[in-house]
Amino acid sequence: MPTLVFLEHHDGELQKGSLGVLAKAASLGEDVTGVVLGAGVAELAPQAGKFGAKRILVVDDPALEAPLPQPRVDALAQIVRDRGFDTVLFAGSVLAADTAAGLAARLDAGLNWDLTDLASEDGRLVGKRPALEDSVYVDVGWKSEPRLALFRSGAFDPAETGGEAEVEEASVSLEDFSQAAKMLEQAHEEQSGPSIEDAEIIVAGGRGLGGPENFKLCEELAEALGGAVAATRAVVDAGWYPYAAQVGQTGRSVSPKLYVACGISGAIQHKVGMQSSGTIVAINKDPNAPIFEFSDLGVVGDLHEIVPKLTELVRARRGS
Amino acid sequence: MTRPADYPPPFGTRDAIAPLTDPDDERIDVGVLIVGAGPAGLACAIRLGQLLEASPETAERLGDVPVAVLEKGKQPGSHLLSGAVVNPRGLRRLFRGRAQIDDLPLHGPVESEAVYLLRPRTSVRIPAPPTMRNHGNYVASLSQLGRWLAEQAEEAGATILPETPAARLLVTDGRVRGVRTGDKGRGRNGEQLPNFEPGSDLVARVTVLAEGTQGHLTGAAIRHFGLEGDNPQVWALGVKEVWKVPRPLRRVIHTMGWPLRSKAKYREFGGSFIYPMGEDMLTLGMVVGLDHRDAELSVHDLLQELKTHPKIRRLLDSGERVAWGAKTIPEGGLLAVPKRLHAPGLLLCGDGAGLVNVPALKGIHYAIESGRLAAEAAFAALQPGQTPWTPGALAVYDESLRESFVWRDLEAVRNMRQAFGRGFWLGAALAGAMTASRGKFPPTDLRTEPDSEVELIRTERARRYPRPDGQLTFDKLSSVYLSGNRTRDDQPNHIRLQRRVPRDLGELWVRMCPAQVYEIAGGDGEVDVEITPSNCVQCGAISARGGRLTPPEGGSGPEYTLT
Amino acid sequence: MKIAVCVKQVPEGAARRLDPQTKRLDRSGEGALNPFDAHAVEEALKIRDASGEGEVVVLSMGPQKAVDSLRKALAMGADRALHVSDDALAGSDLVATSVVLAKALEREEADLVLLGQQGSDSDGAVLGAALADRLRLPMFSQAAELTVSDGSIRGKRQTEFGYDVIEAPLPAVVAVSDAINEPRYPSLKGIMGAKKKPQETLALADLGVEAGAAGEEGSKTEVYALGDPPPRGDSRKIEDDGSGAQQVVDFLAEKRLI
Repeated sequence: MPTLVFLEHHDGELQKGSLGVLAKAASLGEDVTGVVLGAGVAELAPQAGKFGAKRILVVDDPALEAPLPQPRVDALAQIVRDRGFDTVLFAGSVLAADTAAGLAARLDAGLNWDLTDLASEDGRLVGKRPALEDSVYVDVGWKSEPRLALFRSGAFDPAETGGEAEVEEASVSLEDFSQAAKMLEQAHEEQSGPSIEDAEIIVAGGRGLGGPENFKLCEELAEALGGAVAATRAVVDAGWYPYAAQVGQTGRSVSPKLYVACGISGAIQHKVGMQSSGTIVAINKDPNAPIFEFSDLGVVGDLHEIVPKLTELVRARRGS
Repeated sequence: MTRPADYPPPFGTRDAIAPLTDPDDERIDVGVLIVGAGPAGLACAIRLGQLLEASPETAERLGDVPVAVLEKGKQPGSHLLSGAVVNPRGLRRLFRGRAQIDDLPLHGPVESEAVYLLRPRTSVRIPAPPTMRNHGNYVASLSQLGRWLAEQAEEAGATILPETPAARLLVTDGRVRGVRTGDKGRGRNGEQLPNFEPGSDLVARVTVLAEGTQGHLTGAAIRHFGLEGDNPQVWALGVKEVWKVPRPLRRVIHTMGWPLRSKAKYREFGGSFIYPMGEDMLTLGMVVGLDHRDAELSVHDLLQELKTHPKIRRLLDSGERVAWGAKTIPEGGLLAVPKRLHAPGLLLCGDGAGLVNVPALKGIHYAIESGRLAAEAAFAALQPGQTPWTPGALAVYDESLRESFVWRDLEAVRNMRQAFGRGFWLGAALAGAMTASRGKFPPTDLRTEPDSEVELIRTERARRYPRPDGQLTFDKLSSVYLSGNRTRDDQPNHIRLQRRVPRDLGELWVRMCPAQVYEIAGGDGEVDVEITPSNCVQCGAISARGGRLTPPEGGSGPEYTLT
Repeated sequence: MKIAVCVKQVPEGAARRLDPQTKRLDRSGEGALNPFDAHAVEEALKIRDASGEGEVVVLSMGPQKAVDSLRKALAMGADRALHVSDDALAGSDLVATSVVLAKALEREEADLVLLGQQGSDSDGAVLGAALADRLRLPMFSQAAELTVSDGSIRGKRQTEFGYDVIEAPLPAVVAVSDAINEPRYPSLKGIMGAKKKPQETLALADLGVEAGAAGEEGSKTEVYALGDPPPRGDSRKIEDDGSGAQQVVDFLAEKRLI
């Protein structure tokens, strides 16, 4: 099952998500090739070798400099056809979604997206994806080849295997219509911390904080952990925090790797917005708060004491 | 002692009645305007469709939109909730010759029934009171029935406008001209958001108010035109759930007694119902009069407590709660029905007019019949040579209603609810005497007082409510979630209420509301009331006890499908 | 200028469930206009109104109920609606859907094709790119701001890294994000006038698409099974005796989260 993995890069670094997918592909025991597309990207190739690829294809072309999907569709289509890949994997991102979808249309190939896992079962490839606010899991598959898969952002962790990959340069020809869209300005500033939907770690505050000034506790912990701050409907309604940070049925849905809930009771309206988070830690002084029923670690206590201490300990650990 | 009536809400009838304001070219003209896509409003629309089909000249005179039905919910059915066991009489008359009972979305005829008097762990079967016999009736989900009736109404030519509340009744020169629809796109403090869309003046030759319980414009119209009945209207709050169950229930069950207290001083009038819904579902609910005295009484939590009774728990074993809802029911009976149900250009139907048979727990077939009769009266008043707004033009509606089975039934039981104000046992005895005499007893009609004038007491009732376990018993927020309520958080507050009140009154509102809209904060004597309007499922309970529910933005509130 | 907007009817609220038989979303119940597509309709209307002329056509592929979403778009102010409906369409995946919609769009020859970033039913942000490829038109997605001028369209694309500014010549395909605008509420006049606006229904044969290229037959992906989410595993609850914070740190370290 020759597998091709799309390796996205930004500011001279391969994206963690892509490396994670590479690790997953390698773990399935397959013949894995990574592909890097861009301009002046040759030195990224050896990096990919350390993370599980047997071979790296590099397509270095000024027309691929901007992170736009359509030229990448041209390139990948040619590579897939010429070299007979039967599976192409993408780590979820704006660029990857557009590229994978364009490729699906170009090759008339099945695309399954928002996958959280991939497995070989009964001789066929099965993707697993959550649905309906992550309350149901669906097994999906492909009827033909090539098979395209787009994984949920952060689905897999990179695994440094320390190997070395064969690097090969490839050249492709691009369509006119694919090059018609031009990037006038490229985003290269990170905002102050990730948006809550993209964040891998979220520290959320609820009524238990006691007042808007105590959101500072959440902000400091979030900063120490490298995460974003979210809020419940009740505190947003009360004006303690902006609506953009609201998680829940009438706010945003998030599924970070870590969700720390401070002073949040865990009413269902909030739960449905974060229940599929990887790990949930809850701090609340009410031992009967519903959140303790679906958190992985629950601490019954005073968050005004626990959270600052936690922030200190995290800083210390990270500093070292 | 605290009485909710001493803390009236900042709301006046004037707020619901207005003259026309839109310029002529922005006004929208329709033939007959019906407010409310419930059984009464839709029956009216269907009957009008039948009459207009047979009389194309009349239809033409009514313009592009001969019949329009406004519905404040997301779609017809979204705000409909009842038990329900429906007497098919109204439906049969409405669809005479056009549909059979089998075409209707009903959950089967009532095969057998039982009434129980519950004690905390035991129960005693008692003979069903004559008023509660359900032979020949059908179990239905009113929400489903409403959706089906809406389809029939559209096929009959009506234009249904969902997500459109009627905010004001348009009255000029003593004549009802139509309604003004509600604004959309206002923020938390009433400010206009970027996508603000003002309501419109919807002008009609006849306006039919079929708003259901606590009808916003109905109440204003009754006061404005002086139509009050002999007794003030009183209400009960019903809270119900629908469950998927592995073993079908084969009978209709009603219970009385526990968890309500029978002593007269508590004034806890009501009971529960448990109805099968086909092979794999059942619905159960608790209905309690809103004249109860204990500020700690919570109908939502009484329902949770009811489910812990061994007899009931067994029915729900291995089941799953799939729907929840709450709504008030007018319980004043005939004596609270407005003394006249028409005014120039106006007709009142259904629950909004109080047409409910309390002891039999029936109102749907009366709503349908009243809607049907309203259609006939409106149609007659739209014939050449008639104008629907001359005084008396619509009087034929009242006449025909008084000659119908609706009036006959309601007359026989007109004092029953009032009897129960005197406690369960005395009430039952009085009720028995009323039934035996077919309403001739008592010789003088019994008076009631409005729910808001009842003096509050506090017991420690709240201590006994079960702690929600998430399987059999649930908390209010989970229930609100299951009602399908996804109202946007920054909607303006649609509840008119005094915000600083004695603790007892605040506690009453907190407990009474099944959707956890109210919270109190503050000291011992007086508390501040905080409102979360987006939780509101528009049951109307607050209007009975010191507050006033006004129609929120169209499309908000619950999205019932199985209730 | 002609703007075509692709819209979809999606199941909503309590009606959102997977049919255990087909293992797909049950689309027989109540639905509503995909919220993301409402943003696209709004943007199209704004562009049309700003230029003072032009036509906004809304297209939808779906069963009879899809008409509700088209009506809503017409009520908001769109000029014309096109409904692609055919029994053979049931079960269409991205490949099949994009084939059909692309054919319908070719027929319209719009200057600009807009659609919502994703469908709230499948949460996939993919249709725009697939359509653009079949139509051989430039595209960009996640547009949080758009400006149309003299034969080209410029937009702010929102990615994980911030905002890019992208420009494409017309005709082009753009998928808009929900940050781009606040969709208007249809006025009562708009709702009542929607029924009178031109509405066309097309079957696959009218588009020149073979039945085999659409629906389940034309799809390249399939659903095998539905299941429960993986269990969360054991849940631990501790009382803070002063060491609570330390225990949390140890827990996070154990899970390699810090």
